Parts: sequence; structure tokens; C-alpha cells
Amino acid sequence: MSKKVIQAMYNDDDILMDAVKEVRAANYHIEEVYTPFPVHGLDKAMGLKGTRIAITAFMYGCVGLVFSVWMMNYMMIEQWPQDIGGKPSFAFIQNMPAFVPIMFEMTVFFAAHLMVITFYMRSRLWPFKEAENPDPRTTDDMFVMEVIVEGNEEELIAFLEKTGTVEIKVTEKH
Amino acid sequence: MYTFSSKLKTLSLALMIIGLLGVGYGFLSAPASIDEVKVLLQESHNSHGEVAATADHSVAEKGDAVQSEEAHAEHVYHLLKNKPWSALYVALFFFFMISLGTLAFYAIQHVSQAGWSVVLFRVMEGITAYLPVGGVLLFVFFVLSATQNHLFTWMDPEVVANDVLIQNKASYLNVPFFLGRAAIYILGWVLYRNYARKMTIAQDASTDLSNYRKLFKSSAAFLVFFLVTESMMSWDWIMSLDPHWYSTLFGWYVFASLIVSAITTIALISIYLKGKGYLEFVNNSHLHDLAKFMFGFSIFWAYLWFSQFMLIWYANIPEEVTYFVTRFNDYKVPFLGMVVLNFVFPLLILMNSDFKRVPWFIVTAGIIVLIGHYIDIFVMIMPATVGDQWFIGISEISSVLLVLGIFIYVVFNAMTKAPLLAKGSPFIKESEHFHY
Repeated sequence: MSKKVIQAMYNDDDILMDAVKEVRAANYHIEEVYTPFPVHGLDKAMGLKGTRIAITAFMYGCVGLVFSVWMMNYMMIEQWPQDIGGKPSFAFIQNMPAFVPIMFEMTVFFAAHLMVITFYMRSRLWPFKEAENPDPRTTDDMFVMEVIVEGNEEELIAFLEKTGTVEIKVTEKH
Repeated sequence: MYTFSSKLKTLSLALMIIGLLGVGYGFLSAPASIDEVKVLLQESHNSHGEVAATADHSVAEKGDAVQSEEAHAEHVYHLLKNKPWSALYVALFFFFMISLGTLAFYAIQHVSQAGWSVVLFRVMEGITAYLPVGGVLLFVFFVLSATQNHLFTWMDPEVVANDVLIQNKASYLNVPFFLGRAAIYILGWVLYRNYARKMTIAQDASTDLSNYRKLFKSSAAFLVFFLVTESMMSWDWIMSLDPHWYSTLFGWYVFASLIVSAITTIALISIYLKGKGYLEFVNNSHLHDLAKFMFGFSIFWAYLWFSQFMLIWYANIPEEVTYFVTRFNDYKVPFLGMVVLNFVFPLLILMNSDFKRVPWFIVTAGIIVLIGHYIDIFVMIMPATVGDQWFIGISEISSVLLVLGIFIYVVFNAMTKAPLLAKGSPFIKESEHFHY
């Protein structure tokens, strides 16, 4: 289903921030904002929820730790407990210090990689993905705020024009 | 301007008095002679039912047994005599290192031109006010060690005469050089501390940045001095308690303990003062930053602790590993417990970004961290001086209370001497509006 959106262009991040606040205060729905670089505080101004990716990373780290403990306990203690240079492989805890470097690295490896993959999946990023930016200038020096048209289109355009926009485009969004 | 509340003053005096009484009791209750120790040992043997076992020894072995029992009693006698001294030493060193760590952190803030921490400068300066007091106390303690007690075995000419290993180290480990070094370290640190304090206070009233520039340069010079002296201090004051043992990363390990306790203390005192309404310019972003430092340096401490332990455990060279064998056999609970207190707890409590802004969370974590690092120092010092005769009892607790009382009194008294906002710093505006 396609919907009608207005793309308001800005050429300064401070003006954009003010515009976002005004549009939200006037109860219009901001569909998306495209910026060439991270604008500090934009997420708060837009009222976006905080990310939970750190929580997923913590859980992935726990998985990595458990996996490494299981792996080394199985291989070094249960499956073939050899005497290698006098290291005590009678129980996991006895030889634990030797396993810690691997436990640490596995924890970091799982936490980092799975978190990155989670990020790619959640933000729908992959090779050969079709770029979604509405205007190529948004990757260089332009900021675009997309506002959904609900009700009076003229009124919304007039409102946006007052927020310091340099260009306004009305399009269909799929 | 901060006013030292009478309640806190009373508390600190009460701590000093209780502590002093306890420390006095500790010294009085230490055994006065070897015979007393023999009675003690006999009693504990009886209660363990070991008499029957010794009775089985053949007559031929009797002579050796008596001799070894004599030697054992003498050994235990020295350990028990050391106990109140060591308890006092752990407490003195612990609070001194908090102050010293704060000074290092403070110098780092100046040199790195940190924008966030300027509002906390006066709190840090307050904590470092303990440095001269603690330095004098420690120095007096070292002078007493050379004459009165048996903590540093290499100070005993009788021990050295029979010990080739210590004889070979005698050019470094001898009393005049030891005291001279200690004096240089303490003087150097105190000099920088007093100079920095003078400069920030002068900067408050000045119209140009000349004091700020002088402070910047002296802080950089101090950090170089500190890096060298801190490492040597840890060899002198702690590692030389075990004169047969050495570890390369020991200085950094002590530093990690020192800096994390220092940052924790800064956080705790800031929260206390903010709670009393004296630090309205400190917001929860400042606390968040302090908590991040606590978190990071706790992990740094654990990294060094583990690196030192694991390298020695893995290679298992007898002359090095005895250090950890005694700690594992006689100090299992504090030795492993402190890893939980200093690493696992801070790791889990301070990982969450939201929790790091909540004062009571930081206070809880901070108290755990401080207890953990007290135990850390305890486990560094005690096995060498009291061995398996350790116990956290009246001597240990009252030594902590005594020095804590002095620390609180000196620190909060120093806080009243200058406004709590170092308003002359060029970064003060940035710091007041610091937001994360």
C-alpha cells in the first residue's frame, strides 16, 4: 500500500532538529529522517525508543562463555583427559586458568559478531541491497524529513515551509 | 563553601578512639613470650585430638620432635607478634593508596585536559589532603619496622646472615636506602599535591591562565615521577615482605588496585556531598563517568591479577609459585573471594548504563569494591607476615576504623578550606554543562 509523504529538505542539522521538534509538537507523524551523518540527539527529538542491542550482546556473550566452557570441558576433561605437561585435567576447575584466555575470547567473539549480525538483520543491511535514500544529496549535505500526509495537504506544506526547509517534494512512498 | 558537619566530626573522632582502643588491645593481646605460644599450641593440639598421634612417635624421633616443636613455637610466636603490626600496616597502606591513587587520577585529568572532571577537582584535592598525614604515619611505621617489629624479614641482620638470597639483594634492600627511598617518594608526591592545590586556588582569583599552564606542566612531570616511584614503592613496601619472591607486573597490579579504590572513593564522597547539597553543579553524567571508570579499572585490576596468577600457575616454577601456594592453602576464602568482590560484582552491577547513574547503585558497588581492595591488600601483605595465623578480628577491624577516622577527619577538614568549585579552570563551563 502506498502512502503520500512530504519530503522536506534541510541543509543544517540544527534547523532540522528544531523542525523535528516543531513537527512533533504539531502532532504530525514523522515517517523517517535521512541524514548524511549521525545528528546527536535526533533520536531523542524524534521520540525513538532506546536500542536494545546492548542487551542482545550481553546474552550472546553469555552464550559464548557457556559454549567455550562446554567445549573445553568436553574435549580436555571428559573426552580424552591426557596429561599434557603435568596440567591437572581431573576436573574442569583444576585446569581452569589455562582455559580462561579461550573463554574470554569466545565471549567477546560471540558478543561482537552476533551483535553485528543482529544489527544487520534488524536494520536490513546486506550486500546488493537496494539503497533506500530518497535523494542522493542526503548522503552528502542534505537532511530530509519525511512526513506522512494525513488530512489537509496544503496546510501541512504551509506548516513545513515555516520550519526552515529549503525544498519540499510530495511523493508516494511504497 | 563546605562546612564540616559536627555529626561527621564526631563520627570520625569516635572511629579514631574506638580504633585506637582496639589497636591497643591487639598489641596487648599478642603473646609476650615463646612459652605463651607453646601453651596456645598445646591447647589447640588438645582440642584437635592430635596428642594421640604424636604419642606414637618412637623414642629415637623424640629428640627431633622436641627440637622442631621448639622451632615451630618460635615461628608461630613471630607470626602472632606481627599480627597487630600487619593489621595496622594494611590499614595505613590502604588509605594512603586511596589518596595516592586520587592524586594520580587528578594529575591525569589535568594533563589530558578532561572537560568533565573539573567540577570534581576540589573533592579530589580534599582526598589527597590525607597524603601528607598518611605519608608521615607510614614513614613512622617504617622506622618502627626497622627497630620494633618483624614485618620486613630482610631488616633483621640475623635473618640476612643466614640467607644468601637476601644477602644478594642487600644493596637494594637495606634499611637506610629503604627509608631514604620512602622519604623521596612521599616527599615527591606531597610536593606535587601541595603545589597543585596552591595553583588551582590561585587560578580561582587570577585573570590569566599562567597558573593553569604551570599546573599542566607540573602534572605531566608528576606523572612521570609517579610512574617510576609507584612501581618502586610497590617493590619496597609490599613485595619486599616476601624477599624471596619477585614478579614483574607487581607494580602495575598494585597501581590497578590503587586507582580503582581511589575512583570509588571520589565517587562515594561526591555522592555524599551532593546528597548534602554542596555539589549542585555535579550531575548524574559525572557520576556515570566515575562509575564507568570504576567498572573499567575493576576489569583492569582483574586482568592484572589474573595475568600474574596465571603466568605463575602455568609455568609452576617452584621459587615463584610458593607465593600463590601459601595464598591458596591458607587464604583461600579472601584470595578467591576478592576476585568475586573486585571483578564479578562490579562487572555485573556496573555494566548497565542506567544503573551507573543511580547513586545508591554506585554506593553499593563502591562499598563492595573498597572492601574487596582492602582484602586485596590484606592478601598481599598478611601471608608474608602472619602466615596461617591470620584472622580478621579486633586488630584488623580497629586498625581500619582508626585510619578511617583520621582519613575522614583530614579529608573533610581540607574540604572546608576552599570553595568546592574550582571556578578558575578554563574547562569549568564545559564541566558544569557536561552531559552524557
